[in-house]
Amino acid sequence: MAALIDKLEHAPARLICGRHDNRPDVLLEILHEVQATEGWLSDDALHTIADALNISRAEIHGVVSFYNDYKREAPAKHCIKLCHAEACQAVGSGALAAHAKNKWNVSTGGKSADNKIELEAVYCLGNCALGPSAMIDGELIGRVTSERLDALIERCIEESECE
Amino acid sequence: MMAGRSFKVYVPCDAAAISVGAADVAATIRREAYRRKIDLEIIRNGSRGMLWLEPLVEVEAGSGRMAYGPVADGDVASLFDADFLSGGSHTLAHGMTEEIAYFAMQERITFARCGVIDPLSLADFEAHGGLVGLRKALAMTPSAVVETVTASGLRGRGGAGFPTGIKWKTALEQLDDEKYICCNADEGDSGTFADRMLMEGDPFSLLEGMVIAARAVCASTGYIYLRSEYPHAIKTMRCAVDIWREANLLGENIEGSGTNFNIHIRVGAGAYICGEESAMLESLEGKRGEVKVKPPIPAISGLYGKPTIVNNVLTLATAPFILAKGAVHYKNFGIGRSRGTQPFQLAGDIARGGLVEKAFGVTLRELVDDFGGGTRSGKPIRAVQAGGPLGAYIPTRDFDLEMDYEALAKAGAMLGHGGVVVFNDTVNMARQARFAMEFCEIESCGKCTPCRIGAVRGKETIDKIIAGDNRTENLEILDDLCDLMTEVSLCAMGGLTPMPVQSAVRNFPEDFGG
Ligand SMILES: Cc1cc2nc3c(=O)[nH]c(=O)nc-3n(C[C@H](O)[C@H](O)[C@H](O)COP(=O)(O)O)c2cc1C
Ligand code: SF4
Ligand code: FES
Repeated sequence: MAALIDKLEHAPARLICGRHDNRPDVLLEILHEVQATEGWLSDDALHTIADALNISRAEIHGVVSFYNDYKREAPAKHCIKLCHAEACQAVGSGALAAHAKNKWNVSTGGKSADNKIELEAVYCLGNCALGPSAMIDGELIGRVTSERLDALIERCIEESECE
Repeated sequence: MMAGRSFKVYVPCDAAAISVGAADVAATIRREAYRRKIDLEIIRNGSRGMLWLEPLVEVEAGSGRMAYGPVADGDVASLFDADFLSGGSHTLAHGMTEEIAYFAMQERITFARCGVIDPLSLADFEAHGGLVGLRKALAMTPSAVVETVTASGLRGRGGAGFPTGIKWKTALEQLDDEKYICCNADEGDSGTFADRMLMEGDPFSLLEGMVIAARAVCASTGYIYLRSEYPHAIKTMRCAVDIWREANLLGENIEGSGTNFNIHIRVGAGAYICGEESAMLESLEGKRGEVKVKPPIPAISGLYGKPTIVNNVLTLATAPFILAKGAVHYKNFGIGRSRGTQPFQLAGDIARGGLVEKAFGVTLRELVDDFGGGTRSGKPIRAVQAGGPLGAYIPTRDFDLEMDYEALAKAGAMLGHGGVVVFNDTVNMARQARFAMEFCEIESCGKCTPCRIGAVRGKETIDKIIAGDNRTENLEILDDLCDLMTEVSLCAMGGLTPMPVQSAVRNFPEDFGG
């Protein structure tokens, strides 16, 4: 794990902290907002947040590493979250993840070689009557079949090529 | 069609409905109406909870609303051709929404308005009984509000089923200047979505319940801890709080009652354990979501060491009804010590998945067969898991179990947050038991050893059993490990993970080589 020492000032993080009056109790929200600006939390960003909120770097590292949402490396262009919890298991989420691995060569928790897509396991998206469920770049999708998943992944790949 | 008449069409904005195309259907209806020069108003309501019919489009037709669903983009033109705006017949028509058996057989109290109103219209909310309970509470003394909730028999809907009135009484008795109301909207249990549906379909009912709770215990600050997996609910709740504040239902001296109260929304960050109340409070303070040793209980020393009410979304959203209609009216629903209604959520391999609000005492069979219609796949049912990832796997021979906190506990099961997940006969129960341990391993907060290490050992032991390695011996080891986790884990994450594991072994021994 990278040490949080001698890092540079991160202007957006400083701004976001200021907007929340540099309050340490709003740390989760600040981390969400900073992550939304570039998709992940860099050493510089964490260093700046720790400084602005006057909390130790150990403390901020402890928080960031505890929660699944926070990413410490740059993500792929598109993020596909597949629900792996029981209600989706009951309608074939396991087969869906296996299909994604076979066809697109991305395993759960990993990225494609070209960095266009990444596949993440999540545990319940609150859409358990219409599973298997997925969330693609924040968009909730129900009754996902392997054909539907392929079409969605193809769309992600095409979009990455246009960017 | 009558010229000049404006039609009202309802297309849900609920996340589940959107997940199967509701937003596109709404846009297509708008385009088609424009093309046909028909004046219509589209209202984005919450979901009625008949999720297998989503996107469920409704039209106002005289005495009520007619239902059409599931509507795909490609069906829209034919619906117009069939004059659905005047209730015309069509293969997707189901008659009057509220006469659909699934809906008509329910007892909707907490979800009375969900799917009926425009979620963010305060006028709609009031026209359908909103604010009556709050206004009554504001005219009552705090202790009278607490007594009403106590007398209703309401118990926490988050999982533990603790009597709400007793919790509120404890907080009221504390003399601190600052007290908090924290709404637990972390809804992490697989198979549950009632909190989400309510926050998206009737967000004001939750806010009304929170202000009532604030009045009852003299709290001045409220938080809604909402999981990040629910972006639609977050958006709706944020708008709802703004509208509520503009209407002076938050702030100083609410409606001249002397009650001051504010509500803030905080978004979680993907940790199941943050649904546990002490972990949630840590998270609300901006820390790691680690469970804290009890006592002290939060009602005495919670957020920042101050008296804090932690209640589930449904618990809080039910308070307004109790205040409006009286404790006795609510208490008349239910059986034994389980009073009132429970929003059940039918999920997994089920033909008619959705939300069923019913008085306690309904059987699993009624829920799964009468409401749910068996499996969606057409395969026979083998088991249901009731009460989320920490709940028991129940075989079909036990489907006459009544949904009641005590009856379920006696049968080695639990109600939890009301989730019912159906599995067909292709399920392998040893794999499900393994998943329960794996989930505990992933989501453990790490504070105590029986859970942190026990889950890993449990998973490894089940792997050996699956591989056929010393089965008898390993089943004994697993059983001992489960007993240990149950007895000495600090919280119910480690303490209840054995429930799905041991119920699977007990009820489906054939899957463990037994
Ligand atoms: C591991 C774990 C997860 C929990 N998750 C939730 C949850 O997501 N939502 C909830 O309301 N309660 C959850 N609870 C229960 C809470 O600790 C607490 O009992 C509840 O929020 C109290 O509110 P109630 O009395 O209104 O049910 C969880 C408990 C445990 C042990
Ligand atoms: S049982 Fe598990 S989740 Fe609960 S305190 Fe112990 S380690 Fe944390
Ligand atoms: S279990 Fe997959 S959405 Fe709930």
